[in-house]
Amino acid sequence: MNLGPHAAFIVTAYAAAIAIVAGLVVWVVLDRRHLTRMLAALEAQGFTRRSGRANGEAP
Amino acid sequence: MTLIDLANPSRFRALADRALPWLAAATLIAFAIGVGQAYLAPDDYQQGATVKIMFIHVPAAWLGIFGWVLMSLAALGTLVWRHPLADVAAKAAAPIGAAFTLMCLVTGSLWGRPMWGTYWVWDARLTSVLVLFLMYLGVIALWRTIDDPARAARVVAVLTLVGAINIPIIKFSVDWWNTLHQPASVLRLGGSTIHPSILMPLVTMIVAFTLLFLTLHLAAMRNEILRRRVRTMLMLQADAAAGA
Repeated sequence: MNLGPHAAFIVTAYAAAIAIVAGLVVWVVLDRRHLTRMLAALEAQGFTRRSGRANGEAP
Repeated sequence: MTLIDLANPSRFRALADRALPWLAAATLIAFAIGVGQAYLAPDDYQQGATVKIMFIHVPAAWLGIFGWVLMSLAALGTLVWRHPLADVAAKAAAPIGAAFTLMCLVTGSLWGRPMWGTYWVWDARLTSVLVLFLMYLGVIALWRTIDDPARAARVVAVLTLVGAINIPIIKFSVDWWNTLHQPASVLRLGGSTIHPSILMPLVTMIVAFTLLFLTLHLAAMRNEILRRRVRTMLMLQADAAAGA
């Protein structure tokens, strides 16, 4: 594919778009991983949600 | 299932868990088709191959605006109906909308330099989109400033609705003022002015990017529900420590 005399601008624009989308995906995935670990650690310490306690789960 | 049924965060999370793989798959398929069409699209008779930047610039601009409209609807949900997931939706949308607005600004600058001879000009369209990006950053900062999510939601909702004034300004700036940015060529009375060979890949890319936005937004909402659960448990932990 010949992108002509302005190829650098086209390639940079697509690279920037890919970097921004990748950043969003990584943010969502790492955030979920971090929160899941925190939740698991808290539950391992015996803490549960108030609604969980109301449903008869262990405190 | 009604909107009220989704008020239960656990039910919403279960629904998100089921929907996310399908949304992600649809996004990937739409991008595969869209990128293929964009690759095969002919060069513009005036702009040459730089027209390919349009296939990412226009969807990014649409999603920057869509994000704020979504946040405005969520703001109404918070202030009027007090729907429990409205502020979750608003908070999750802010970073995603900001990212797409940034993408719009960056790709627009990179398109402007070869076509206009400059990366930036303070015309009404470019300036109003920059204001949108700064408003996104303000909303994100406000969410982080106020510790109580319910209180933060009300403050952010008011700011979001005030900021919504900027949306019609962005859309009609090219009609109201003399701008370097071209007038509307996709959504306009009388139909699009773009040739079908370029319009088709553009529409497919808009669909693909919109699916990506919805996928990321649903995943971010699920994370936000999890974050609030962690916050509640940390408060219980602090209470337990104080009582010990």
